[in-house]
Amino acid sequence: MTTPSKTPQTISRTTDLSEMEYKWGFVTDVDAEIAPKGLSEDTVRFISAKKNEPEWLLEWRLKAYRHWLTLQESDAEPKWAKVEYPPIDYQDMYYYSAPKSPEDGPKSMDEVDPELLEAFDKLGVPLHEREKLAGVAVDAVFDSVSVATTFADKLEELGIIFCSFNEAVQNHPELVKKYLGSVVPYTDNFFATLNSAVFSDGSFAYVPPGVKCPIELMTYFRINTEGSGQFERTLIIADKDAYVSYLEGCTAPIRRTSQLHAAVVELVALDDAEIKYSTVQNWFPGTKDGVGGVYNFVTKRGRADRNSKISWTQVETGSAITWKYPSVILRGDNSVGEFYSVALTNNHQQADTGTKMIHIGKNTKSTIVSKGISAGQGQNTYRGQVKIMPGAENSTNHTQCDSLLIGDRCGAHTVPYIEVQNPTAQLEHEASTSKVSDDQLFYLMQRGISEEEAHHMIITGWSRDVIRELPFEFAMEASQLLKVSLEGAVG
Amino acid sequence: MTTTAPPSTIASYERDFLKHEDRADWLSELQRQAWTEFEKLGFPTTRRGNELWKYTDLRRLDSQAFNLSEAASMAASGELSKIAPWSDDWHSAVVIDGRFSPDLSRNVESAGVSISDFASTADSLRQKIEPVLGSLATVEDNAFVALNTALFQSGLLVEIGDDAELDQPVHILNIVSDGPDHRAIYPRTLLIAGSNSKAVVIESFVNLSSGPQLTVPVFEASLGAGAELQHFRVQLENEQSLHLGTTRSEQPAGAVFNSTTFATGPAIGRNDVHTNLAEEGAETTLHGLYITNGQSHQDNEISTTHHKPHGTSHQFYKGILAGKSRAVFSGKVLVQPGAMKTVAEQKDLNLLLSHGAEIDTKPSLEIYADDVKCAHGATAGHVDTSMLFYLMSRGIDRQDAAKMLVTGFATEIIDEFEPEPLREFLYEKLDQIVPKLDSEGIL
Repeated sequence: MTTPSKTPQTISRTTDLSEMEYKWGFVTDVDAEIAPKGLSEDTVRFISAKKNEPEWLLEWRLKAYRHWLTLQESDAEPKWAKVEYPPIDYQDMYYYSAPKSPEDGPKSMDEVDPELLEAFDKLGVPLHEREKLAGVAVDAVFDSVSVATTFADKLEELGIIFCSFNEAVQNHPELVKKYLGSVVPYTDNFFATLNSAVFSDGSFAYVPPGVKCPIELMTYFRINTEGSGQFERTLIIADKDAYVSYLEGCTAPIRRTSQLHAAVVELVALDDAEIKYSTVQNWFPGTKDGVGGVYNFVTKRGRADRNSKISWTQVETGSAITWKYPSVILRGDNSVGEFYSVALTNNHQQADTGTKMIHIGKNTKSTIVSKGISAGQGQNTYRGQVKIMPGAENSTNHTQCDSLLIGDRCGAHTVPYIEVQNPTAQLEHEASTSKVSDDQLFYLMQRGISEEEAHHMIITGWSRDVIRELPFEFAMEASQLLKVSLEGAVG
Repeated sequence: MTTTAPPSTIASYERDFLKHEDRADWLSELQRQAWTEFEKLGFPTTRRGNELWKYTDLRRLDSQAFNLSEAASMAASGELSKIAPWSDDWHSAVVIDGRFSPDLSRNVESAGVSISDFASTADSLRQKIEPVLGSLATVEDNAFVALNTALFQSGLLVEIGDDAELDQPVHILNIVSDGPDHRAIYPRTLLIAGSNSKAVVIESFVNLSSGPQLTVPVFEASLGAGAELQHFRVQLENEQSLHLGTTRSEQPAGAVFNSTTFATGPAIGRNDVHTNLAEEGAETTLHGLYITNGQSHQDNEISTTHHKPHGTSHQFYKGILAGKSRAVFSGKVLVQPGAMKTVAEQKDLNLLLSHGAEIDTKPSLEIYADDVKCAHGATAGHVDTSMLFYLMSRGIDRQDAAKMLVTGFATEIIDEFEPEPLREFLYEKLDQIVPKLDSEGIL
């Protein structure tokens, strides 16, 4: 582990920085690995300076920060979700921490800190193996800072840009400037605003016109430093007639205190483009007694232009709290939005997740398939919105959300919002909630399959519509994850 | 509930509350508490976080006060059958501008059923009313129940005896008389159904004025064990009026409460129904049809709570929307921990006939018990073109075909209105309404 230690040195530096508040100047201590505790304009300046960001980006962060202050004053932290957690003290957190690394960060695998690689191995991230075996380019995010990028050369040949967000800011500022905040503006919501002010790093991908990205782009996120917020910012742009499939997988080591994670993901699909975004989220869910675990407040949204398609697939098994609504703005005619989700809550986990499909263009089409599994004392809510704007002639939506309950102390909730302003639209929404069928269980068990294994088989089959949307290696992992996450929930 | 209202209109309701000094002693405490609650709440707003009023904007209540209607009278009972569903055989209580009219009422005292206003109620019955009144339609966090409770004039008690099986329906006919604009009417009905009794109760609302009026009715039904009550609610409003109605029921073991609604007309209508399945084996069916046209807005807030095992609930609403109208369906089924073997269904189907009409539908489930079977569904769409084609290919012209399909869509609900005079009345209404729907020429 390379957790930045809270040495007396760090503490005194923190104190110095805190005391510097409201003075005329801001001095960047480039060696500091951790931002002063708490959130202020100086924290924002510190982060921006650490990353050597251009002035316009600092200004953008500061605008977001000032807006966030007004949101905090007006108590605009969203409270409508069916999740309960103690009030978050935004001043009692670190907003930036960097792993120990050579001055400019490693450029190749050889330069990566062996300790980091070891940590990845423990998490089952066979970075160097995957590079060869699966043909996957990995952009590893370790506590917000990209440490290794592979396959870059191959992608470069095709003109595809796949790098950390910071690198994109340095090397492709025109693209970042053009699209950053264009789908999720910094005023969007409390957590997105917070992210806009203090985002640390994330992934950036750009696929030029007419190019089909030949490999699946993958990023591993990981939360590490105790008490540090993680604020990834991801921006993916598929230019006209381009295609990209992006995979995001997450794990986190056990920590006792809850950790805040507020990411923003923006997808831009220009005319005729397609983006497929898949997630397996397996962050620390807290202990069996509900201690600790990650608070995951994520804003994910895609903009779909004419004839384009955006597809979100997610398998959510981790986090103490999941608050996440990957959305598609179907603004171009004939655009398509899809959302496939399996969300599992066990023990004391709470998930309030779903999607938004906003139909603006004509002949737009959306599909929603959501599967919620509740076990233990988990609370699982599907919350989704389908909105047909007045000009969205001949649009269609089909929504199916099913919930499965395992045990008598959990909860499963379905809250769809369907708003239709055009008579030519066709909408169908259906949902069901039940427990695992006794008949199915009996059938399997009388053939010698244990109760737990039978449950797993039934749940895997029940989730199939979603799992099969995942790329193959993810599908395997996701199925395994469901099994592991449900351990102890049956019998 | 997030609420605010400028004091100007609230003051006008307060004057009505203070003016109304002749209330019975035993009611005064309840009405005073209700007023205090209303004062605290004010009218609901659509402000963020107020989920119950997300889609319904009541700002006009902040700028325009509606004053308690004076007592009015109507000449002849012969008129009634022309304006409302009617049968001389029914047990009919006529309520004009929120006041019981014994002269126009019929068969209010017969075997197994007794209908009277609170004022004329004997002490023995009063003892029955007191513990129930306001216990199901609670004023907490509900501005309109609070306002009704504070300001109702003659509350109506419908009592159905233990084991009574009524051959004829009970009909509570609420009429808003033709009179000055901006009057407020607060009809209040308390129904007490004895154990194992069986009855049909029709609650109809007719507005004879063409100007803007405010009707805030509350219907509260307390059922004995094993009682079966079929409730029909007919809301026929004028297009300038506001109608904010509440229906509350609680069912003990084996009791059944079914309620079917027909709603059309108002500038703003709200049909707020909540049933509580309090004991094992209770059952409820909440069905409805809403037809909106022009600038009309109809909000359906339909919720059921399952407290105990083996409960069954069905919510099924259908909407026909035309012109620039808007309708809301907000259905909720809450299954409490331990309410095993619950079966719940929820469905809202909508027909949108014009650009400019909007449906906001939100069928939601909140489930805390695992051994349940719950399902819901919602649809929205235009008249099915393949059905139109089918009919037209058989020589029916396009307009007639569309009319058949729209009428057919409504039939499924209207056919549930069992008493024949009522069903016929509604079909006549439907025949009048459908051709007038602003449907961009398809009807």
